[in-house]
Amino acid sequence: MNFNIYDFTGFVNSIKQWLNSVFPPAVADITGFVIIGICFLTFITLLGLSLVYIERKVCAFFQQRLGPMRVGFWGTAQTVADIIKLIFKEPLIAKGSDKFLFNLAAFIVIVAPFMAIAAVPFAKGLHVLDFDIGLFFITAVSSIGVTGILLAGWSSNNKYSLIGAMRSGAQIVSYELSVVLSLLTIIVLTGSLQLSAIIESQRDGWWIFKGNIPAIIAFFIFIIASTAESNRGPFDMAEAESELTAGFHTEYSGIKFAYFFLAEYINLFIIAAVGATVFFGGWMPLHIGNFEFFNKIMDFIPPIIWFFGKIAALIFLIMWFKWTFPRLRIDQLLTLEWKYLLPINLVNLLMMSVVALNGWHF
Amino acid sequence: MINEEANTAVENKPETQEYFINMGPQHPSTHGVLRLMLTLDGEIIKKVEPHLGFIHRSIEKMCEKDSYQQIVHLTDRMDYLSCHMNNEAVCLCVEQGLQLEIPERVKVIRTIISELTRLSSHQLWWGVMGMDLGAITTFLYGFRDREMITDIFEETCGARLTMNYNVPGGLMFDIHPNFQKRTKDFITYFKKKLPEYDDLLSNNVIFTERTKGIGMLSKEDAISYGVTGPSGRASGFSCDVRKHFPYSAYDRVDFREIIYTEGDCYARYRARIDEMHESMKIIEQLIDNIPEGDYKAKTKAVIKLPEGEYYQRVETARGELGVYVVSDNKKSPYRLKFRSPGFSNLSALNIMAKGDKIADLVATMSTLDLVIPDIDR
Amino acid sequence: MGLKKYISDIFYGVKSLITGMKVTGHYFVRPKEIITQQYPENRESLKMFDRFRGEVVLIHDENNMHKCTGCSACELACPNGSIEIISDKVIDPETGKSTKVIDKFVYHLSMCTFCNLCILSCPTDAIKMAQNFEHSVFDRSELTKVLNKPGSKIMPGIR
Repeated sequence: MNFNIYDFTGFVNSIKQWLNSVFPPAVADITGFVIIGICFLTFITLLGLSLVYIERKVCAFFQQRLGPMRVGFWGTAQTVADIIKLIFKEPLIAKGSDKFLFNLAAFIVIVAPFMAIAAVPFAKGLHVLDFDIGLFFITAVSSIGVTGILLAGWSSNNKYSLIGAMRSGAQIVSYELSVVLSLLTIIVLTGSLQLSAIIESQRDGWWIFKGNIPAIIAFFIFIIASTAESNRGPFDMAEAESELTAGFHTEYSGIKFAYFFLAEYINLFIIAAVGATVFFGGWMPLHIGNFEFFNKIMDFIPPIIWFFGKIAALIFLIMWFKWTFPRLRIDQLLTLEWKYLLPINLVNLLMMSVVALNGWHF
Repeated sequence: MINEEANTAVENKPETQEYFINMGPQHPSTHGVLRLMLTLDGEIIKKVEPHLGFIHRSIEKMCEKDSYQQIVHLTDRMDYLSCHMNNEAVCLCVEQGLQLEIPERVKVIRTIISELTRLSSHQLWWGVMGMDLGAITTFLYGFRDREMITDIFEETCGARLTMNYNVPGGLMFDIHPNFQKRTKDFITYFKKKLPEYDDLLSNNVIFTERTKGIGMLSKEDAISYGVTGPSGRASGFSCDVRKHFPYSAYDRVDFREIIYTEGDCYARYRARIDEMHESMKIIEQLIDNIPEGDYKAKTKAVIKLPEGEYYQRVETARGELGVYVVSDNKKSPYRLKFRSPGFSNLSALNIMAKGDKIADLVATMSTLDLVIPDIDR
Repeated sequence: MGLKKYISDIFYGVKSLITGMKVTGHYFVRPKEIITQQYPENRESLKMFDRFRGEVVLIHDENNMHKCTGCSACELACPNGSIEIISDKVIDPETGKSTKVIDKFVYHLSMCTFCNLCILSCPTDAIKMAQNFEHSVFDRSELTKVLNKPGSKIMPGIR
């Protein structure tokens, strides 16, 4: 084993070699898949639990409260206790609902972020799927989740759920456009959709700094649109607890409800990961051009810490939105997208193309 | 259903169906057990039908067997957020019937506590308004500031919500020695915090978009439906009982009747925020000038109102509360009727919400500041 | 004109949003201003105000004497019937007169609305409001209390 916190390539390769030396090739591949699967399952579970806890604490501190304090030290085991409670709750199915779709919806919602997370580059070499269309894959796969939301609303036999699902459909279809266009603005500079290539292109500085004003505008559009796409914050029209009780997951209980809940937080993580990768250089430490001494110091911090630090900062920003702003109305939400974000985005893309063609970026 | 839609699409004849939805009795934004039957076309509201009676406790009937002292504490349970004004209304009505001369001290203290109650009610409303629109943080901030007022109440009146501080003829106890200091502390504190309310909600672009031009109520409708209080004044209906029929110490204080003419949700919102400023102004004028004297006029142990009819109105945090007593010279009234502000305000909900979306209904209901026990009694 | 308004709308909108975020951010970085009180932990330091109305108690002095004459003024004053005075007639051995003595001062806490009318009506100030607010019990029959302690007597000189 050659374990190196700065570069996982050797570590991953040594595991691969070891597997190949012990098992025949086919079995080795399958064992590899299973190990990766288990790693991701554990990671996602821990991620969900910790994000729920973090959200509660962050929200509490915004609201001058303490948040969960009873279970464990500073309430750290609270989410574990909640999950145990949810597992033991009765999975109710409403009368007259379409049972098959009702159960399927919860799985679709959770499967989408599971698939997307595979393409997220965690650190150098710690990257499961490095497609040449990695960014496209993430944006495409993560929007499968809306199918689950639509199905959940449709199959629940509840008018509130249906309204919530329809709102969610309209919302995600619109905001998908802005997310992709804002990412495209940076792709103009990188010239590649491959996530590792995008990160590599930020070796001498992150795009948010290098990419001039259009990059900053693109980042803000990205953060707004992706918050909307994940049904969070001021854009939680699909849930809108003061209007639609709980929106599309009104009828869900127990572990199926937990799936929706978990999916929301993994989506949050994926959004932050994409944002961090494209705008803030993923696991790439903060480098300033050819300023060697500074770059050396920054390189000293392991990439995985850079990556999770950036994600934490973005997640905090999204939580800050959620716990400050009132919710928009559905037509205002669409107005915001079609009348403000989309035109700005298109102009911004044009500006970025001009910048890229003239080489005005750094 | 899917096939039907497909067929209509082919025939290019979009056919929509109106549907009903039950909002409540258990719903997060009805603030209690109010049932609204909505007729919807998509998300557009065609009709709102409020159904009442889920928390009817027949307070008016109970009053008919209670003595006048006992009636007072029942009114705490109507509009619990402006309990002091409710108590005051009954006490003023009884005092009017007995033609009692009330000590000046009582009048001033009643006015101060009324305004504190109004402040605390509006603070809670502000928090809940934000929460209805999805900004949950405002709820906690509203309660944080309200906590200081409830502490004042607890120290002086002995309870935080259902205070029952009034008795016919005066007050239950004298004010606590700390009352003036605490109230002044609160005013200085809240003067600093009130701009925060504006920063967080009033000037927020999402909030103004959500409330401006929503839930329109014209002056004519406000008058014909009897919408009073800040909701009525936001439609340009000058209906402040404190100005037009001054009671207690309101005739000697200087304050502005908040009138907006827009009649939309934002005007109702602004009316309440401005009323908080006015309430603080009233308290500041009175808090250092509480005259010495008794805290209670002498009354008989058994109060009997002379035969006749008596009506007294006060301005609660929600609007005009009327108490109508018919007495037959017994120790309890022959008939007692409350004209509660919430009931009249709710009756205008249909014309306000018609044509708006579900989300707007929530905002409209929130700006009406409904307290369901006040509507049902 | 249209474009100018469009841009200024965006500008003021963003500005108002940032103002809002400043308020919440202000409190986020000041954990000292947290207002939460952790209730069972702060029981020792939690002191209710003197006038807080928690429950009705019959005042007993150190000799197990109370001031209640059994006049049932409080029973009449109570709007909810939460006080029941069960009294006996006993012959005073010294004077030979028959006097009223309370046998049981029954107080239904579950029916009480803490309106304070009984305290006001008491001619001898025998009862008062205590500040205890932890009333939850597992059996509601425990909420019916007998306020006079066993063997307690009326104070001399009250009647």
